[in-house]
Amino acid sequence: MPFEEKMTWVNLVVTIVVPVWYFITMAGRLDATSAADAAWQKPMLIAFGITIGLTILGAIAVSIVSAASAQVTGRPTDSIDRKDERDKSIGRRGDVVGFWVASAGAIGVLVLTMLESAYFWIASALYLTFVLASLASCIVKLVIYRRGF
Amino acid sequence: MGKPTRVTNRIRALRFAAGEMTQAELADRLGVTRQTVIAIEQGRYSPSLEMAFQIARVFGVALDEVFSYPEEA
Repeated sequence: MPFEEKMTWVNLVVTIVVPVWYFITMAGRLDATSAADAAWQKPMLIAFGITIGLTILGAIAVSIVSAASAQVTGRPTDSIDRKDERDKSIGRRGDVVGFWVASAGAIGVLVLTMLESAYFWIASALYLTFVLASLASCIVKLVIYRRGF
Repeated sequence: MGKPTRVTNRIRALRFAAGEMTQAELADRLGVTRQTVIAIEQGRYSPSLEMAFQIARVFGVALDEVFSYPEEA
């Protein structure tokens, strides 16, 4: 499995796990208070931080496992994080799909803003848009890696 | 499997003719991943013109001895 495909798996897992934590946390808070009064800023910043941290840790873990695998199989270690034109092409196709999902989500965020919804709903909708865009991008990339194009 | 490209290739035959070169060795010569070599061999990915020339150069043959495209019916 190419390094970029492994990293896409890391991104997919992080993109699922962290937002699930955020939305479960906020759902618990909304039971006790209204959306207008809910303190969403800290959990969202923590979610961003954890996303960055887990992605870095995932990249380190993938690099270590790939290097160990290269040692065992006798492959050159400089090949473990190789990124070629196919990886870039797959990345572009995934990013295009992610862009369209993000664009559609942005329209939803605009509607919420026009309706003067609570900041919590606007911010959460924007976060959900990022999440869905990333999910769509990751899934498209992984499907292309498996099936070709 | 996705829609295969109409470009066909003889990379597998050329690898064996070149001392049974492995896909990993060819990938290292080209600076690409082994999976990309596999995808090209199986017709699941059409390489760029530049990589196509590089592949031909590895085997020391002309481009059309590696890749071919069917005539229009």
